[in-house]
Amino acid sequence: MTLTRRAALATSAALASSVLMPQRTFAQEQPRRGGVMTVHFATEQRILNPSLQASTGVYIVGGKIQEPMLDLDEAGNPTPCLAESWESSPDGKAITFRLRRGVTWHDGKPFTSADVQFTAMEMWKKIQNYGTALQLFLTAVDTPDPHTAVFRYERPMPLNLLLRALTDLGYVSAKHVYEGSNIRQNPANTAPVGTGPFKFMQYERGQFIIAERNPNYWRNNFPYLDRIVWRVVGDRSAAAAQMEAGQILFAPYSSLAIADFQRLGDDPRFEVTTRGNEGNARTNTLEFNFRNPLLADIRVRRAIAHAIDVPFFIENFLGDFAKRGTGPIPSVSTDYYPGADMPQYAFDRRKANALLDEAGHRRGAGGVRFNLRLHPAPWGEDIALWSTFIQQSLQEVGIRVEVVRLDAAGFLRTVYNDWNFDLATGWHQYRSDPAVSTTVWYRSGQPKGAPWTNQWGWEDPETDRIIDAAQTELDPAKRKALYADFVRRVNTELPLWMPIEQIFVSVFNKRLRNYANNPRWASSSWHDLWLAE
Amino acid sequence: MRVLALAGRRLAASLPTLLIILVGMFLLLQLAPGDTVDALIAQTGGGGDARVAAELRAFYGLDLSVPAQLGNYLWRLVRLDLGFSSIYGKPVSTVILERLPATLLLMTAALSFAFFVGLVLGVLAARRVNGWPDTLISTLGLVFYATPSFWFGLMAIVLFAVHLEWLPAGGFEEIGAGYTGLRRALDIAKHLVLPTLTLGLIFLAIYLRIMRASMLEVLSLDFVRTARAKGLDETRVVVRHVLRNALLPMVTLVGLQAGTMLGGSVVVESVFSLPGLGRLAYESVVQRDLNTLLGIVFVSAILVISVNFLVDLLYARLDPRIGAGQ
Repeated sequence: MTLTRRAALATSAALASSVLMPQRTFAQEQPRRGGVMTVHFATEQRILNPSLQASTGVYIVGGKIQEPMLDLDEAGNPTPCLAESWESSPDGKAITFRLRRGVTWHDGKPFTSADVQFTAMEMWKKIQNYGTALQLFLTAVDTPDPHTAVFRYERPMPLNLLLRALTDLGYVSAKHVYEGSNIRQNPANTAPVGTGPFKFMQYERGQFIIAERNPNYWRNNFPYLDRIVWRVVGDRSAAAAQMEAGQILFAPYSSLAIADFQRLGDDPRFEVTTRGNEGNARTNTLEFNFRNPLLADIRVRRAIAHAIDVPFFIENFLGDFAKRGTGPIPSVSTDYYPGADMPQYAFDRRKANALLDEAGHRRGAGGVRFNLRLHPAPWGEDIALWSTFIQQSLQEVGIRVEVVRLDAAGFLRTVYNDWNFDLATGWHQYRSDPAVSTTVWYRSGQPKGAPWTNQWGWEDPETDRIIDAAQTELDPAKRKALYADFVRRVNTELPLWMPIEQIFVSVFNKRLRNYANNPRWASSSWHDLWLAE
Repeated sequence: MRVLALAGRRLAASLPTLLIILVGMFLLLQLAPGDTVDALIAQTGGGGDARVAAELRAFYGLDLSVPAQLGNYLWRLVRLDLGFSSIYGKPVSTVILERLPATLLLMTAALSFAFFVGLVLGVLAARRVNGWPDTLISTLGLVFYATPSFWFGLMAIVLFAVHLEWLPAGGFEEIGAGYTGLRRALDIAKHLVLPTLTLGLIFLAIYLRIMRASMLEVLSLDFVRTARAKGLDETRVVVRHVLRNALLPMVTLVGLQAGTMLGGSVVVESVFSLPGLGRLAYESVVQRDLNTLLGIVFVSAILVISVNFLVDLLYARLDPRIGAGQ
């Protein structure tokens, strides 16, 4: 489809006003009980239990059935969920949670500290992605009484880090369901049992998942909805058509085509917005393999960064849903964003050419200096566009790039395990605190084959020192300062480049009420969501 | 009895083929970089742990050598055990059985639609050869054949589901409606109208071309002139004498295409969100779920063999000379 400049302006104006206009307009309406929420479910998951797998594809279902220790409030601060209050010992090695009373599992058994202990030790620490790293130094969870859980750490654990991380990585599973079984094969992995506002009913592979209202939910008189249906629709265009036909009311996590965001944004029946996904920021990366001597030269890496016109790419391909990134910590991270005042690489083709000349790579036949392979990750339309843009931009400064497209398994194996790449590009997902999923991209000593970690063959003692210091620093102000040092250092050394910042895009049918009212709304429990007539 | 013996001989003759297909498939998949654990980690989107990955590889039996894995697979197959699906966490036979009804229903419907409408249009075109009906039908056939099915499907959804709201935009049946009996059958039928048309139109084009050509050829044969000379009217000539003989190439084609169609149609199933074998196979490749993929290949191969056997029986019925020769 083609968009005229005027239409594009109108779209962005409409989007801007919809972002600025909060849902207070609906505040006077009386919530209606009943109704069925239908959700686009793009990729089928092997498991639905968020205690075992921390990913958006699991939260979109499991997050309504199971609940985390803490949630985020409208302003993005940790707020009680299964944990009512918390405190840290002065040395940061013991963190005590007081648990909510009167909460029952969907099968009627009471929720106690034993469930928290079991989940933390057997699932978060041993199996859950991100969790294994976060809880690496967790030695025990003590349960002095059924409503108290004391997390004991070998090294100081910053309270703020743990609280923010537990909103995503703190989903609790029932001990009595999993104890004594092989956790990976437990039937509850695809038929989750939780404490949440909705009870799992049915999962028909390739078709749908259904959850029904939990009448014994601990938040009295919630939820409003009778039922949630997730419809498995693999084709993006078909999903957009189902939204238009009213068969789907919500498409989460940028699951539709970029062109459809613009088209549905013009339609008064829908709201297309990044609101409610602020907790799920990601940056587009450009990763360098230091085993290629060309790329081990910092002048070449900087030349590549200078050769790409990022604002042009964002404006023409990603539209209003992306902005110029300034480093590994995105601007939505209010606690740790160090500001844009860090070493940056503005588009400057002359400088790029000069740097490459200086590095001794003269243009040869056909104006080509050297060849590189670029591996784009297969998730996300933006990555495919970005890789083509990189290819064409580098052509201009005499670097010929061959784009090697692989599917998900092939990409991970080739780039992060076999190290058989020159350049790679994908997403870095930021999860509330740099220590959860960001610093591993830079810290040396990552085991070979661990994806989304430092597999570049780059090692910098100074970076390692800052990361380790921040990891156990208990004073929030000092931590923030350390992370600013970290960003300055890695933006200077440029082991990988994170020049674009994005937030997932949601498409809502406007019949929904109380949507997008916290920064991780798509993942959250939807207990207060309701449907207007 | 003779039919059963023939069936047995056919099956025995196809066993080596089946083995070559399965082993070839197994080895081909080894060439694809990455395994099912990589695919699982890709789904988590971040925070992969090398120790957990190693545990998972042992869990799925991927830490064994390739010949050992192949040996294990074949030994299980001999005992008619298709193994365990790593994506679905259930036995492969269960996973396939769940998907088979939707595929069979869609394929039978699409194939019958294409066959009968193709037959009628082909006959019409042949009877008015080079007249306006012929030109119209042939042009339409060409248009259907040249249009990609995903585009057809999406346009059908936009027109009939989004704008006219006559038919559902996707899915196999109304979710959670709890219909039973006739009501359920009608509901499923309603959901299958658009996918059947989308899939059928492409095959329709082939059938009508074949039917037209075959009719024209038979119409020029001597026995047709004899029939006309006897004073039979044109309809009787076409129906009793020409049609039966012209059907042979059509039946051959159905036999061949039933195989293709049983493999499922990834495109149509994806566009209409149907739980068929095509999508399952695609998913298995992307997720490197070797057991499921080999299971699908195995089941499809058996179905193709059976369909071809039926086609052979049908030949004998249409043209007694073929059966008599055996």
